[in-house]
Amino acid sequence: MSAHHEAAADEVPGVAEPLPAPRRPGPRPVAAPAAGEPLVIETRGLTKRFGSRTAVDDVDLHVARGDRYGFLGPNGSGKTTLVRMLLGLVYATRGEIRVLGHEVPRHVHQVLPAIGAMVEGPAAYGHLSGRANLDLLDASGPGRRAGRRHRVGEALERVGLGGIDRRPVRTYSLGMRQRLGLAGALLTTPELLVLDEPTNGLDPHGIREIRELLVELNEAGTTVFLSSHLLAEIEALCTRVGVVDHGRLVLEEPLDAVRRATGRIVVTTPDVERALTVLGRAVVDRTDDGGLVVVPADGDGPRGLARHLVAHDVRLDALEPERVSLEDVVVDLTGPGNDSATGPRGSRR
Amino acid sequence: MIVVELRKLFRRPRTWVTIGLLCLLPAIVAAFLASTRIAPPPGQGAAFLSAVLQSGSLYPAAALALVLPIFLPVAVAVVAGDAVAGESGAGTLRYLLVRPVRRTALLGAKLVSVIVFVVVTVAAVAGSSYVVGVALFGAGDPVAVVNAIPQISGPGGGGSGDAGSSGSAGSSGTANGPAAAAPAAPGASPPASGTPGTGSTTTSDPTEARDRAQDSVSSLSGAPLSPGDLALRLLGAMGYITISMLGVGAIALFLSTVTASSLGATLGALAALITSQVLVTLDAAASVTPYLPTRYWLAWIDFFRDPIFLRDIRAGVLVQLAYVVVLMAAAWANFTTKDVGA
Repeated sequence: MSAHHEAAADEVPGVAEPLPAPRRPGPRPVAAPAAGEPLVIETRGLTKRFGSRTAVDDVDLHVARGDRYGFLGPNGSGKTTLVRMLLGLVYATRGEIRVLGHEVPRHVHQVLPAIGAMVEGPAAYGHLSGRANLDLLDASGPGRRAGRRHRVGEALERVGLGGIDRRPVRTYSLGMRQRLGLAGALLTTPELLVLDEPTNGLDPHGIREIRELLVELNEAGTTVFLSSHLLAEIEALCTRVGVVDHGRLVLEEPLDAVRRATGRIVVTTPDVERALTVLGRAVVDRTDDGGLVVVPADGDGPRGLARHLVAHDVRLDALEPERVSLEDVVVDLTGPGNDSATGPRGSRR
Repeated sequence: MIVVELRKLFRRPRTWVTIGLLCLLPAIVAAFLASTRIAPPPGQGAAFLSAVLQSGSLYPAAALALVLPIFLPVAVAVVAGDAVAGESGAGTLRYLLVRPVRRTALLGAKLVSVIVFVVVTVAAVAGSSYVVGVALFGAGDPVAVVNAIPQISGPGGGGSGDAGSSGSAGSSGTANGPAAAAPAAPGASPPASGTPGTGSTTTSDPTEARDRAQDSVSSLSGAPLSPGDLALRLLGAMGYITISMLGVGAIALFLSTVTASSLGATLGALAALITSQVLVTLDAAASVTPYLPTRYWLAWIDFFRDPIFLRDIRAGVLVQLAYVVVLMAAAWANFTTKDVGA
């Protein structure tokens, strides 16, 4: 198993990719989605500058059909700009974008009808009711007049606003607006759902409801691209994650791979001094609650370590393989002043 | 998309408040006129006001004259300035564009909705003031109008000139009649000093303006206007005023694609208008005067001359259309290449 951190720094993906584009030398993220699934979103060297500020820097994004893709990054890291570029709202300075097999922004109008999107918070005409808002939105799109009532009603039903009344949207709570925005994205059953912070302003109950809705849609064939700075939300929902920091994609991997065992073992023992003597330089760190983080010398993992410690009369309270939490990964990759290539874990192997 | 834009426009309370206020101003003026019966002296105050006491059915023209210089352009600038910038500011623009609505189509629909707004507003002002005028002043005899406004005809022109018109012969020698108007412009009056004899208060020649003010007559003799004739002239004037507002609308719409602040776009358009108004009265700016958006605004009065004086009307239409074409092209070029909400 290859460590993601080094990969982020050193590895240049050599797999043949459909888009021929000039490469820029230098570190770039891993970019190898599950083979076989066609890509729904693909970018090559995507860069956006606003004046001298680079908002999105040379990003190669790969979202495969059927993914629930979590796009993570601190606020201001370029998430929203990238999402806007995918939708043809913002034009790239450099690089290429393909969404659902079409070039964006050149053919974005062929793509957009199959996309449901919520970008940077919901927006609606405050003086109209939620239903009237969806009505206008539907009338603006390619949808026919016939069935509009039905579509609007169904979309409202789906996001839990079925019982909505004629109140104007300006009286809505943030959560209701959020649901309304989601309903707007679901007027048609989209092939691709692009959502920016969709659970903002929802209570825990609402968050779970929306998550279940997204899973349900995903199982019915919709690819979900979710951008968020909420780790828990991504961790609970997504199958793949991309992490962006300062405009650069610093990680793109399946969630399972991110949260894998680190290969290190956490040992909890009352005989700390003795264990330290026994293990010597194999102890590389201490956990917050006094456990020893150990790199096993041999390839035998926890079993071998347990045998070794017991043989040297070290009593064990617990001994478990260390797992990376998504939070650890993201904080390491994006923390202030943190260079992802020389992070503590990244430099280890 | 046009239908959607119109629904948005007319489901918005602000639209109706604006139209209501525009109808209210002439009604207030009418109430004062009717209660005091003190008409402004001819040649002062808004055109037609001196005539309405005799004929309430002329009041729509007087009402349009009241709202034209400030209120109507402000309303148009507000609506057009808000068109794109408002959607952008509220965030709804991005949701429209990902529906998807093509940017060109959106801009076109916005322009159409601005035009419809002007048409509806002008019609509402004219309609409400007709009702107010007839109710307060009686239908009367609309014959007065032809002579109650500043003269452009020489003696005998239109078969209706009498008192006071002799004074106009010297300074405004334009023969009446649309066909003869342009070629007859006298060499004595240099083009740089403004087009002679337009009846427009925006003329750049102060002597001429003073002359015309004196020319204005309060005598009410003239060729009788049949109700049908009056209606046609009024419709012509309403149409021309609508077109006159297109330039403002286009300026505001263009600015609306440039800035994300609808207030900024509105104020920008109004600043452009005020600049234009200032330059129109400035002799030193005579070289650009014919191309200014407000230069021919008052030419709608020419619909009430006998016969209708078309030269300035034609020029006004051309100027407005030029503004629309140029500014909408600029708006299109800007909007279709612009990052939305970046």
